[in-house]
Amino acid sequence: MHKRSNEPIVWSLFGAGGVVVAYSMPVFILITGIAAPLGIVSVDVLAYDRLAGFAAGWFGKLFLLVIISLPLWQSAHRMFLSLHDFGVTGGEVFFRVVLYGAALWGTLLPLYLLIGM
Amino acid sequence: MSTRKPYVRPMAGWWLKNPVYIRYILRESTAVFVGIYAVILLIGLIRLSSGEAAWNGWLEAMRGPGAILFHCVALGAAVYHAITWFAVAPKVMPPLYFKGEKVPLEKLVTGQYILAGVIYLVLLGLILWS
Repeated sequence: MHKRSNEPIVWSLFGAGGVVVAYSMPVFILITGIAAPLGIVSVDVLAYDRLAGFAAGWFGKLFLLVIISLPLWQSAHRMFLSLHDFGVTGGEVFFRVVLYGAALWGTLLPLYLLIGM
Repeated sequence: MSTRKPYVRPMAGWWLKNPVYIRYILRESTAVFVGIYAVILLIGLIRLSSGEAAWNGWLEAMRGPGAILFHCVALGAAVYHAITWFAVAPKVMPPLYFKGEKVPLEKLVTGQYILAGVIYLVLLGLILWS
């Protein structure tokens, strides 16, 4: 029996995540992490009612799942490949389970939460 | 039990020896900030699903000086990720043809910057004014 590699699946998620990070993450970090906390933009921008309303619609659910889950896959895959660069040679299975497991958790948990919102 | 002690070339600090290696490690390191920020967003979603008080607690935590410092560094990492991503993407994608001619690499890179600028503005507009 020919053993198939799971690399294409992980790489696709990595690639999609890299696109999402490049085209959207700077804006989200600027708003949630700098502009809103420092009061540069109105507190209404991240008000509970607004965000909860956004997460209640199907587009909002899909949007939030994409911007949380895909960057995690991108990050996990890149960190896994970097282990080799820093001289970590053993424990490949362990690191795969930890890193890709974290990304999978970061996909299933938001999926579950968003369905219930 | 083997008594051999084979020589293993030390690896520590190899990437400091060449600016190309430094930029490579810098690019790969952006993954750490991307991952932490995605987890911060995930915690935000958990708080949002728990109700208004929990969500406001998350917003309050984002106002800490450590949090703001982290996000400033993370913003730099995300921008650096974008720059390196746009530089590499045309090299790993199948070639694009326009009127039978291969679109040059520089034009593909510039095109991505324009697209990113448009998407950033649309996102900012939707977040701030919708």
